[in-house]
Amino acid sequence: MNVKVFAFLIFWPLSALAQGFAGLGTDADGFATPQPQPEFNFPADHGPHPDYRIEWWYLTANLKAADGTAYGLQWTLFRTALSPGEADGWASPQVWFAHAAVTTPDAHFATERFARGGIGTAGVQADPFHAWIDEWAMTGPDLNTLNLTAQGANFGYDMTLEAKGPLVFHGQEGFSVKSGEGQASYYYSQPFYRIAGTLELPSGPVEVTGSAWLDREWSSQPLSENQSGWDWFSLSFDSGDKLMGFQLNQRDGTHYSASTWVDADGGATAYPDGAFTAEPISQTRVAGRDVPTEWQVRLPDRDLDVRISAMNTQAWMPLSIPYWEGPVTVNGSHKGVGYLEMTGYE
Amino acid sequence: MNRACLAALLSHWIRNPLQLFAFLAGLALATGLWSGVQAINAEARASYDAAAATLGDGQFDQIVPATGDAISQEDFVTLRRAGWLVSPVLEGQINGVRILGFDPLSSPIGFGVSEETQTGDLSAFLNGDQLFANAETAGRFQTGIRVVINPAVASGIAVGEIGMVQRLLNRSYLSRLFVQPDQPLQRPALADIAPHLRLKAASQTADVGELTDSFHLNLTAFGLLSFAVGIFIVYSTIGLAFEQRRGMVRTLRALGISLPRLITLMFIEVLLLALVGACLGIFLGYIVAAMLLPDVAVTLRGLYGADVAGTLQFRASWWGSGMAIAILGSLAAAAAKLWQIASMPILASAQPRAWAMRSGRARGVQAILAATSLLSAAGLAWFGTGLMAGFALLGCFLIGAALTVPLLMHPFLAFAAGAARTPVARWFWADTRQQLPGLGLALMALMLAISANVGVSTMVSSFRMTFVAFLDQRLAPELYVEVANAAQANAIETQLPDSGIVVLPLLAVDAQIAKQPTRLFGVRVGPTYRENWVFLDAEPDAWDRVSAGTAAVANEQLARRASLWVGDSVALGEELTVTLAAIVADYGNPRGQLVVGEALFRRLHPEVAPRQFGLRTDDPASLRNTLVSDLGLADSAITDQSALKAISLQVFDRTFTVTAALNVLTLIVAGFAMLMSLLTLADLRVPQLAPVWALGITRLKLGQLELLRTGVFAVMVCIIALPVGLGMAWVLLAIINVEAFGWRLPMFLFPGEYFRLFLLSLLAAIAAASWPSVRLMRLPPARLLKVFANER
Amino acid sequence: MKDLDPVLIFSGVSKSFASADGLVQVLRGVDLAISPGETVALTGESGSGKSTLLHIAGALDTADQGTVHLAGHNLAGMSDAKRAAVRRHDAAVIFQQFNLIPSLSVADNIAFQARIAGRADEALITDLADRLGLSDQLRKYPEALSGGQQQRVAIARAIAARPRLLLADEPTGNLDEATAAEVLDELLALVADTGAALLLVTHSPAIAARMGRRLHLSKGRLV
Repeated sequence: MNVKVFAFLIFWPLSALAQGFAGLGTDADGFATPQPQPEFNFPADHGPHPDYRIEWWYLTANLKAADGTAYGLQWTLFRTALSPGEADGWASPQVWFAHAAVTTPDAHFATERFARGGIGTAGVQADPFHAWIDEWAMTGPDLNTLNLTAQGANFGYDMTLEAKGPLVFHGQEGFSVKSGEGQASYYYSQPFYRIAGTLELPSGPVEVTGSAWLDREWSSQPLSENQSGWDWFSLSFDSGDKLMGFQLNQRDGTHYSASTWVDADGGATAYPDGAFTAEPISQTRVAGRDVPTEWQVRLPDRDLDVRISAMNTQAWMPLSIPYWEGPVTVNGSHKGVGYLEMTGYE
Repeated sequence: MNRACLAALLSHWIRNPLQLFAFLAGLALATGLWSGVQAINAEARASYDAAAATLGDGQFDQIVPATGDAISQEDFVTLRRAGWLVSPVLEGQINGVRILGFDPLSSPIGFGVSEETQTGDLSAFLNGDQLFANAETAGRFQTGIRVVINPAVASGIAVGEIGMVQRLLNRSYLSRLFVQPDQPLQRPALADIAPHLRLKAASQTADVGELTDSFHLNLTAFGLLSFAVGIFIVYSTIGLAFEQRRGMVRTLRALGISLPRLITLMFIEVLLLALVGACLGIFLGYIVAAMLLPDVAVTLRGLYGADVAGTLQFRASWWGSGMAIAILGSLAAAAAKLWQIASMPILASAQPRAWAMRSGRARGVQAILAATSLLSAAGLAWFGTGLMAGFALLGCFLIGAALTVPLLMHPFLAFAAGAARTPVARWFWADTRQQLPGLGLALMALMLAISANVGVSTMVSSFRMTFVAFLDQRLAPELYVEVANAAQANAIETQLPDSGIVVLPLLAVDAQIAKQPTRLFGVRVGPTYRENWVFLDAEPDAWDRVSAGTAAVANEQLARRASLWVGDSVALGEELTVTLAAIVADYGNPRGQLVVGEALFRRLHPEVAPRQFGLRTDDPASLRNTLVSDLGLADSAITDQSALKAISLQVFDRTFTVTAALNVLTLIVAGFAMLMSLLTLADLRVPQLAPVWALGITRLKLGQLELLRTGVFAVMVCIIALPVGLGMAWVLLAIINVEAFGWRLPMFLFPGEYFRLFLLSLLAAIAAASWPSVRLMRLPPARLLKVFANER
Repeated sequence: MKDLDPVLIFSGVSKSFASADGLVQVLRGVDLAISPGETVALTGESGSGKSTLLHIAGALDTADQGTVHLAGHNLAGMSDAKRAAVRRHDAAVIFQQFNLIPSLSVADNIAFQARIAGRADEALITDLADRLGLSDQLRKYPEALSGGQQQRVAIARAIAARPRLLLADEPTGNLDEATAAEVLDELLALVADTGAALLLVTHSPAIAARMGRRLHLSKGRLV
């Protein structure tokens, strides 16, 4: 598929960006916009929200094989709408695309899929849960018990997942503000999955186990006009505690950050802009550009001061929308593993 | 110094405008025909490429229905969800324009429109309210959907979003699926999930290019022939100019211009002239191509269904090749002369030598070359296979034949000289023989032009005679109708026979038979078929057995490609085999066809309903009315025989308009070559003629003898050209045609036409000779006298 | 180099040609010196090697043995290109056959050698054309001129290039007696004005008598 075609789909019409926060529940193109104090309705809200411009089911996992080798895995299904609402057949304004990746210590495999909504090649159904594009699927009786598959030309995986804790809501009970101007999304996670299964690699199948983290997010205006990308961290500490933190990079060199501390039992504390900081320590040349692959992350309120290091610095996703996404290790005041996503470095 | 010297060199051409004209015109004609032909080819290729890019043909494997022309949308979803990365295409026709629906998200080729336009238009494309077509195509159809002009879309095609095209064509299914080149690790076999679909390799879909190759090769061959003749003119002009300037070269060197500098300047001089000639030629080529292209486009569409844009673009590919070949050709023509000058001592005689006389040894070399070429031709005729071998055979044959021209003339002229009684006759024949080396190339060119004319006119006329007879056979039913739906088909089948109309349903399906892509027809055997079809070869009860379902009739294309003939067995299905009872000539159709009885066809393909009917009636006009008013058929769905025949004949006439036009141009070039050779020789021959004149033969007489000499040459050339032309026709009809199209044409002879052609050639030769002769007659005696005065 | 040094010096020049009868020695150790302003006639029987000597003097041909100095340049072992440069700048030849460039006008013919030598002087050319009676012929082409006029053009071409040595090979051999006399007068007058040396090959004792010095070539030696 042509890259230029997809640049359009992902980087929204400029009119939408320029508009910023409309604040009235819908924007000029008729899309719904996230409102504070949301009331989620499950399992229906695990399904798609076609009135919002963009939405994703975003799963990352830190894995280990029997020989101790660490792996990372990603499975993401994106939905984007040309216009709000749903229609049957080719008339559907919904466009689906998906990314899958496996990271090993010395290799990174990534691939993508695209599909039109309405005809049945891709979609999400909430109950029983079923998210699919082509033969890739995330499926189960509910979100707590899932089977996950994806494959590309030279890799694939087949995993089972079981949630060992509750859903976690970010920001104000799931209303996650993304800028000082008020851009926001609905955002919750299931960070407590135990995961096990088989990676299909060119060298042969590998049995792995580990932990996985699912993010659910939907919105119509996720970025402010002056924001160029983000660095997003999901960290699982050996203590059982977890941290989600991100900082949105603004064109003037400043950041907008937000974070959620998750206790081992699922209790969540959201922190406002500035509490969470992430500072690049060293850069690596990746696919022709410099990308920070080592970070110093701090959350003083939790006495957190850790060094985040990419497991494989070359975890570049050379897809229609290129970005960096890969497993990391955590050292310092806390130890653990996690995932790092960096956009805006193309 | 360089400027003064170059100006001196160029002044020669200004003082000798005839030579300048010959050089530039020769080069322009050569380049013009060559680049014109290349322009046509480039335009056609660009159209094929655009079509391939738009259609994905030849680039991607495709999944097509095993039978019929529809794939359900469910099949597409099933395949995708099983891991097959496929993309849907829907194809239909509106007002003769192919409408293609794509899904740009899954398509490996975007949406068939050039990359530059993709980004901005994608949302509009997905919205499904636009069709994309080039300007020419956009004017040809009306759908109510806005048409966006995009020159990158192939001619005759409009593309749009697949859902919109489904609505436009009122269909819910798909036509075929592209298979992405990169497929995931695991996916089930196609036969397991969709046994009714078939995978077609990319190589099997690139039909148009291959089919049309022969046509373009044909054009190229003519272009090359013309170029060879044109370069000959250039060669002889350069020869003359350089011979005449031997004195000037000596003077320039004596005055202090070193040899390397002089050679360099002369090289630059030729280069400058070649540039001018090439530019003129490319301009000429553009005109030739622009005039011929519409005919070529019609031909290609008619013969191969290949859509070629009717408008010409100025592409670097053809004008660049024209420029390169013109310059290289001129330099090659000049190289020998430059070499001569380089090896000429500064104090050598400045007298222009008479045209370099070839020794007997040179004739021996030529004889060996001729024999080698002719032997190669014979070898290729015997052992060669494939179209390229056919053209190589034609090339070897023509080169060999051309080389023999002076060889055949030489002994004849020697004999004539020996047999001559009077001194003047003796001198005439001896002198004629002496002209042979100088005129050799021009005579060869004339011979090639005449034989090409004989060959091509034989082919055209044979083709037309055969084809008209064929049309009468195959278009016997008075009306053909194409129904829109099953109800109309039913009405035709049930209602029309009551009014005495014979209904001949045409059942057809694409199939693989004997490993060849074939159109399988089911016909209702009756008098129409029995009386009108003329077989190339058949068993006596062929139609009875076809009707009974035990035999089939194959067209010649299928038979030749699958190496089948009457009596052989053909497998139609896993357990069904029929005998080939007859082979039918099927001119102008590139595809294989197999005809079986209606009953057998319906048993094999119960899902296929007849869409076309042939109707026999005494009153086509009233039947037409009935069909339109009573059965609700669209008037455009009814074709009457005479119209169809007229269209078919027109297509074929246009095909050969192109060839014939090139032929005439070749003859003109050859005549011009003759003229230039004679003019060249005329100047050099003054010293040879002066003694004869001094001995008492008048200038008038000398001029007449010159004319007579040319006549003698022309007659001899014609005599040689006839068998060569017929040989060429045989190669075209029996070898190249079979290789290119899959059928062989019977060869008819047209003596009247040849005679007319010979008269024309003779006339052309005499016309070419008349000016030099008149010039000779009017030559001032002073110039003849000067010959003696100049002698040291 | 001083102006009074000889413009042409032959010392021990020999030259032979291969012919059907074997090697023919045309020049046998010729010694010769010609000073600026000097006019020298070279006579000899046909085939005595007059033209060969002239060609060697004009750097058109090379000596087998001995040395030739032309305007101070030693021609021995010189490359073709260098000899061409010497021809261009220091020597000019007037041929019996005139050897004009047929496709150039009279004016261009006169200016030609001066132009390629890089010293075209329009005033000199006009003056020469005037003195040689060619002023009305300048736009014509050589073929339209009589033999005498053509030779005058050749003389003008040679003089216009301002060579130090003029070589003339039977310059009046193709002309009738009266014209020949006129042309010779004009040539000598121009040579006297320019101060160039003149080496003139001729059969005619009368013409030879007009020269300052007479040399006779016999059996390859100067007598």
